[in-house]
Amino acid sequence: MATSDYLIQDLVEKYGRERTSLMPILQEVVQQKNYLSDQDMTEIAKELDLSAAQVFGTATFYSFLDTEPRGKYVIRVCKTITCDMHGKKLIIQTLEDMLKIKVGETTPNKKFTLLETNCLGWCHEGPAMLINEKPFSGLTLERIHDIISEYMHK
Amino acid sequence: MSDAKLKRVDLIFGEYSNVKYKVLADTLIRSNEEILKDLLDSGLRGRGGAGFPTGMKWKFTAETPGNEKYVVCNADEGEPGTFKDKEILTRVPRKVFSGMAICGKVIGAKKGFLYLRGEYKFLLPDLLKELDQYHEFSKQLGHDFSIEIRLGSGAYICGEESALFESMEGDRGEPRNKPPYPTTSGYLGKPTVINNVETFVNVLMIMRLGPDQYKKLGTTDSRGSKVFSVSGDTPIPGIYELELGMPLERFVDEFGDGDTKAVQVGGASGFCVPRKKFKDTVIGFEGVPTGGSMMLFNSSRSMYNVLHNYLEFFEEESCGQCTPCRVGCQQLRKGIVAVKKGDKKSVYLDQLMKLSESMKITAKCGLGQSVANSFSSIVNNFKEEMIY
Repeated sequence: MATSDYLIQDLVEKYGRERTSLMPILQEVVQQKNYLSDQDMTEIAKELDLSAAQVFGTATFYSFLDTEPRGKYVIRVCKTITCDMHGKKLIIQTLEDMLKIKVGETTPNKKFTLLETNCLGWCHEGPAMLINEKPFSGLTLERIHDIISEYMHK
Repeated sequence: MSDAKLKRVDLIFGEYSNVKYKVLADTLIRSNEEILKDLLDSGLRGRGGAGFPTGMKWKFTAETPGNEKYVVCNADEGEPGTFKDKEILTRVPRKVFSGMAICGKVIGAKKGFLYLRGEYKFLLPDLLKELDQYHEFSKQLGHDFSIEIRLGSGAYICGEESALFESMEGDRGEPRNKPPYPTTSGYLGKPTVINNVETFVNVLMIMRLGPDQYKKLGTTDSRGSKVFSVSGDTPIPGIYELELGMPLERFVDEFGDGDTKAVQVGGASGFCVPRKKFKDTVIGFEGVPTGGSMMLFNSSRSMYNVLHNYLEFFEEESCGQCTPCRVGCQQLRKGIVAVKKGDKKSVYLDQLMKLSESMKITAKCGLGQSVANSFSSIVNNFKEEMIY
């Protein structure tokens, strides 16, 4: 049996089999495996006695519940108005140059995924981004270099 | 330019009482009628943006029969330009949990939830620490009301209360038909009070100060203070607690960079006020209401770009459930691009305005209904920027 099945069994034990447990379970699978595979969603559906379509429907609604493989570190750069005004374009360009990928792509070593996202709530300190759940604000080109270099060595 | 500075208020972020959870303890021994009376007297209106009187909401829910009721704190702060709930949850989470616990007592709920947007997951460890303390104290006080934190996963629409319930129930965050309202049918179809983070803190402050002192802040229509999120072209971006009912002109005098062309009040779903109207605009329920978002734009900014950014936002965040919003947002964005490029004549903007007005009356929820706010206020006031 694949390890993923154990993970889902554990999560079902932890959160319960109610429909209300669905979001927490999906969230934790994404946290541990970086995305939700078809197999995982089918397994969750079976455990919660839902149709696979219901689980897939919920998962695909939310932008943070990724249903395609992501890197270990998912970078989400805010593209909403004040971050955009304060130089988000240059930040994206720099990230693309450093990681050698375009927005929406994952590095071949599966370490980084680069995405854009809507307002992160750091409008007063834009531009801002999240790496997984950790926020970084007041971004400058130098800071981007420092932060990404650090993550590259992690 | 006026001389007097806008009055700063130190209510929401003021220090905790010396004794832990003192205001909560003092309030729990009062009768529900007294608490409700104070809330109604205070004139407090919801701080999420819509401004429904909080006391009424609680009263309706308390009066709805049922053994199973819920309290939900809406911390799905996603409106562009708003970041005040993050600040409140960072600095004074105890006040939020206390406000929720008081609500639990008044409406007869035993369970509360804080729905935290996924973007703020980094706050979770500290919130859970405070929550442990809360649970310890509520046990000591004999108050049977527990609070659980649920996370969102990056969907703006879940800030809409019924979409938030759908999300908590494990569904797509698609808003429900109203009525029924949450006061009779909310989470799991049970009577539910759902309030914004800041509203719960205001409740606690009313309990601490009493309604008479609280009412001294603000104006008749907009009682109390408000936490503002100030961003954009300003030398001093950040969080400011100010009295409600202030003239926009004075706000711009204080926060602008001397070249302010427009202020977006209430985020992308709010109104864009141009310079010539600063003087006659009041920030509050009697004028332009806001959930706290104040974004300043100076004359170097293209209002076309601003509007395009908003429409892209709405297009992505529309849940797609109803046609006016799903298709309307796309068509508005495509429409202004076509006019800008010269593919459509400038009179096409009038048609787009009609479309946004139709969305206002036909969209199912606040998202689709409010797109017209920023759309018409930007297109009307900055028409030349849309065309040339």
